Amino acid sequence: MRELLLCPPDYYGIEYEINPWMSLARGAEAAIVKEQWKQLHATLSKLNCKVHLIAPQPRLPDMVFTANAGLTVGRQFIPSNFRHKERSGEQAFFVKWMEQHGYEVDWLPEKLYFEGEGDALFGSSEVLFCGYKFRSDIQSHSAIAEMLGCLVISVELVDPRFYHLDTCFCPLPDGGAFWFPDAFDEYGQRAIREHVTNLIDVAPEEAMHFSCNAVVIERDIVLPEGAPQLVSNLQKRGYLCHALPMSEFIKAGGACKCLTMFMPQRAALA
Amino acid sequence: MVSETIELRGHIIDSLILPKVLDQILTHGGNFKITEVQIGRKRADQSFARIEVSTQTGEALDELILRLRQQGAEVLERANAQLAPAPADGVFPPEFYVTTNQQTFVRFGGKEIDVTPAIINSAIAVDREKGSARAVKFFDVRKGDDIVVGHQGIRVVPVQRATTHTDPFQFINNVVDAEEPKSAIIREIAKELQRAHGTGGKIAVVAGPAIVRTGAGGHLVRLIEGGCIDRLFTGNAFAAYDVEHALFGTSLGLSPNVAIARGGHENHLRAINAIRDVGGIAAAVRQKVLTSGIMRACVEHDVDIVLIGAIGDEGPIPGVTTDVIECEKILRDKLGDVTHVMLLATLRYSLAIGAFLANNVKTVCVDINPPAVERAVERQPLQSIGLVTDVEPFLRELAGCLSESKLSQ
Repeated sequence: MRELLLCPPDYYGIEYEINPWMSLARGAEAAIVKEQWKQLHATLSKLNCKVHLIAPQPRLPDMVFTANAGLTVGRQFIPSNFRHKERSGEQAFFVKWMEQHGYEVDWLPEKLYFEGEGDALFGSSEVLFCGYKFRSDIQSHSAIAEMLGCLVISVELVDPRFYHLDTCFCPLPDGGAFWFPDAFDEYGQRAIREHVTNLIDVAPEEAMHFSCNAVVIERDIVLPEGAPQLVSNLQKRGYLCHALPMSEFIKAGGACKCLTMFMPQRAALA
Repeated sequence: MVSETIELRGHIIDSLILPKVLDQILTHGGNFKITEVQIGRKRADQSFARIEVSTQTGEALDELILRLRQQGAEVLERANAQLAPAPADGVFPPEFYVTTNQQTFVRFGGKEIDVTPAIINSAIAVDREKGSARAVKFFDVRKGDDIVVGHQGIRVVPVQRATTHTDPFQFINNVVDAEEPKSAIIREIAKELQRAHGTGGKIAVVAGPAIVRTGAGGHLVRLIEGGCIDRLFTGNAFAAYDVEHALFGTSLGLSPNVAIARGGHENHLRAINAIRDVGGIAAAVRQKVLTSGIMRACVEHDVDIVLIGAIGDEGPIPGVTTDVIECEKILRDKLGDVTHVMLLATLRYSLAIGAFLANNVKTVCVDINPPAVERAVERQPLQSIGLVTDVEPFLRELAGCLSESKLSQ
């Protein structure tokens, strides 16, 4: 059974602008926020997942996006070093929670920015794909490769709207992945193509609905609504898609995957 | 060229970071040299590369390094050069660094500074306030000057073989012997001088007396009148023989036109006396005392004449610098902007002047004596052509190639 960490959206809101999606002039509707998050929580809970909750904190509106808290492998938790000071306060709460739940905390050097599962996703073959430039530094990747003893494929993100890897790339358990290629530079695209078979390209209009920001639990895929073409492609591959409304979280540049952290994302590596 | 050494580590092969970095260096006008690569053996092993990145200017390098840092490049910290004060005027501190004629950079205050001029057998003085470095001779140094000691923080950049075009200096790159054909290479030299002339280069001739004595003076005059020569370096004897030839038709008593000339060896003393009498070469031209010859052509076509004295000089002719230290200062000053030098039939001045040439100055040496040519060209690898021949046919052919109409193009 997969274990997941979510954070209720009690203090969620657009209180600053740190990505192109955020606009102080376009706030989130509190009632809809609550409804959309509940729906995600309920959907994941039904998919044979154990969902843990961390207590939300005032003045940390983005704490709801737990995927950015860090990267968990086995019982090892590597906390994020957030690039923006607006989010750096989240670190202490996540570290404390993970320690209380028996995870061993393994710190990156302070000077290296790294935003957790937002920029680090395992492919099926124990290859960790890591995005860099907007939020994470590429230097953090070699540190993580060292800590985990695995192959890290570093890919440069070039479109600020897709500022985290999990906004444009979603690995599948069959060794494939769905992705929005234009979010990567030419070398990143080549590196992904070399290491991933059966890639599904997501059309630009569907990528803009954060379709790649999906939680994959075995054959079930929980993703934001608005990507009929992608859903159809995934169904052809035998996946069961659960498309959810995510409009209020997309206003902050996040959706299903950003709201979910795997505990762990991978069992301990050999 | 300025450079920094960067290091990349991580899964730089699988992630294509190494090819990306190399591509970025090239597409932004830089060059690279991979000095070390370690490729991980197992899947999880990380790889490592150390790369020397160079660009034409410091600004371009800063901009490029900024880009490469985004790709994970760490700039290798290099040690600054060690400095020690000169203990007295004209004395370097012990262990002072001795320059070659290659372009040299000294790292100080975390930055690389180009040492100017790039001349051989000097020390390097660093001006901490200006952030500049200059090659200094003994006569330059003052007590307390900051002089580079040891080899730390020094980088020497040899001239690279051109990869973008065929450069006759690099193509030949050796001595054309007496029995080898020379017309083709003289044509190439003419083209190079023409190109230099058209692109703001400065062409100097270092001339030996044989030019006058073999009757090649008229060919040199054609080159001067064609605007092909910017500066003439020579000695008292050359000037004396040229004036003698202009006044009496002989040089050291011999005439190229007459088997036995009247007047014999005394003519050159009378020529020197004539110039001394009017106060100098320029005055002699102004007063119509001197109406032909190389010196006259130089004065009338604004070619700078640098006359270097030597023991045994008769006179000397006014304008000859007889103080050796003063000569060195003048040579350094007058050779600083020269891009092309023709060393013609003069081993003595070829070697003296070679000591003041940067390694990127293109050099043509012509002498009838093979060892003289070899000694002159060995200091300028990839930048010199040597021809073993009498200087007269060389100048005749070169002047033919570089007719006035061609030069004015």
